[in-house]
Amino acid sequence: MSDLRDLYQEVIFDHNRHPRNFGPLPGANRHADGFNALCGDKLSLNLKVEGGIIQEARFEGSGCAISTASASLMTEALKGRREAEVADLFEGFHRMVKGEPYTVEMGKLAVLAGVSEFPARVKCATLAWHTLNAALHQADQPVSTE
Amino acid sequence: MFDPHLWRRQFPILERKVHGKPLVYLDNAATTQKPLAVLDAERYYFEHFNANIHRGVHALSQEASEAFEGAREKIRAFLGAAHVEEIIFTRGATEAINLVAQTWGRTHLEAGDEILISAMEHHANIVPWQMLCEMTGARLKVIPMDERGVLLMDQVDRLLTERTRLVGVTLVSNALGTVNPVTEIIRKAHAVGARVLVDGAQAVAHVAVNMVTLGCDFFVFSGHKLYGPTGIGVLYGKKDLLTAMPPYQGGGDMILQVTFEKTTYNQIPYKFEAGTPHISGAIGLGAAIDFVRSVGLENIAAHEDRLLQEATERAQRVKGLRIIGTAPGKASILSFVLEGIHPHDIGTILDNEGVAIRSGHHCAMPVMDFFSLPATARASFALYNTLEEVERLFQAIERVQKLFLS
Repeated sequence: MSDLRDLYQEVIFDHNRHPRNFGPLPGANRHADGFNALCGDKLSLNLKVEGGIIQEARFEGSGCAISTASASLMTEALKGRREAEVADLFEGFHRMVKGEPYTVEMGKLAVLAGVSEFPARVKCATLAWHTLNAALHQADQPVSTE
Repeated sequence: MFDPHLWRRQFPILERKVHGKPLVYLDNAATTQKPLAVLDAERYYFEHFNANIHRGVHALSQEASEAFEGAREKIRAFLGAAHVEEIIFTRGATEAINLVAQTWGRTHLEAGDEILISAMEHHANIVPWQMLCEMTGARLKVIPMDERGVLLMDQVDRLLTERTRLVGVTLVSNALGTVNPVTEIIRKAHAVGARVLVDGAQAVAHVAVNMVTLGCDFFVFSGHKLYGPTGIGVLYGKKDLLTAMPPYQGGGDMILQVTFEKTTYNQIPYKFEAGTPHISGAIGLGAAIDFVRSVGLENIAAHEDRLLQEATERAQRVKGLRIIGTAPGKASILSFVLEGIHPHDIGTILDNEGVAIRSGHHCAMPVMDFFSLPATARASFALYNTLEEVERLFQAIERVQKLFLS
């Protein structure tokens, strides 16, 4: 039986109630929108990338606790990262929430590992990451993980 | 005295556990569970007389055809339709609406004409009309509703014009539970010469209908929301309208004679039933209707009203809970939101308690927009739900709030 507390950890509640890096980002040079129509989760992600390094990442929108916390934790994890590292982190995060083995150091993002026990919620946890991917690849269509 | 516990025995699935707890199935507005009578009817067909219909001269085909046409007659009686050929089998309510839009709609609408729908329609009663509008240049207009989820009937007279060709309205809202005054809408629409399609998908398991007294031109519903199988549904249409309409899909069964020069179409209802239909589904739906009639729709409605009333009273006592849809006339649906907690989180935590509800936009995004919500949580009741299950729902809601707000 999957334990709810594995999914809803204190860190996740904290980031849901007080999302970090929430709000507009003046001077952003990367942007993408994520929208899971069935859930109603909406996410707008802005990045400032200079010299191949993500200097700032901020998001706006509304969603469930998992998608909000995931976006909040992601923006924290992105600051100062090289753009080139992001693909590995994205891959590692994906594998983690799907319960597959991964080798990338996840740091605080590991609190979302419990999502793997709740397959219906993987799309909530990954929405921010797919939106990030779209922002870095300059996609102009909103992203969905449904 | 109606006893849901007695009828629960007819639904084997209700005995299962989810996450170690007895299942409380409150997602009946999405689909109902199936009684043994339906499961047995489908199995009996496959075990004893599985064959294609309307074709073979052999015994199995004869028996299958009789069972299939027998189901059509059961549906006619259930809907109180005058003629059995007014009952067309479709894949569901969605296909039935698309059929009307693509056949009747394309031959009766032109640029400048109007289609009037309500603010609480399911996407299935919005999108086919939008597609028709794109094809013909007709305009889509909407009857607004108030904060309770009640249609503003005083607006209907203004919205109905001599250009209104069709009014599409749901009898029961799947997102709010509102029972709409369709009789009045039909009367007003007919007064300006418009046709009326009633979406009965959410209604037929809760509200008795009669096509003759209702007087609508088209009525649609899906079998799976009436304790029947998925993939089978019904279009009712007035005989003269159906007869004059062009066919929907071409193929076998819908023809009388085919040459490479010309094809003569079959009569109704077969004209609209190209290809081998969902035979077992139709037979299963017939069995579902027999089952519902044996329980008694009025008993079901009274029981569900008691559950809804209890749930509504409990909901009103929960701090931070807001009921979405507070119309005075409602059927079997309690939509709600909890302050500070997204409906998806509610859904996951309730599921962990064995309680199955729906969270999301319920295929009614304009309704969500109206209430400025991304989604709601929705508990919906059926004949087999009990007051104890309502209690379990609210215990689980308490758990959600404890987890999130502590």
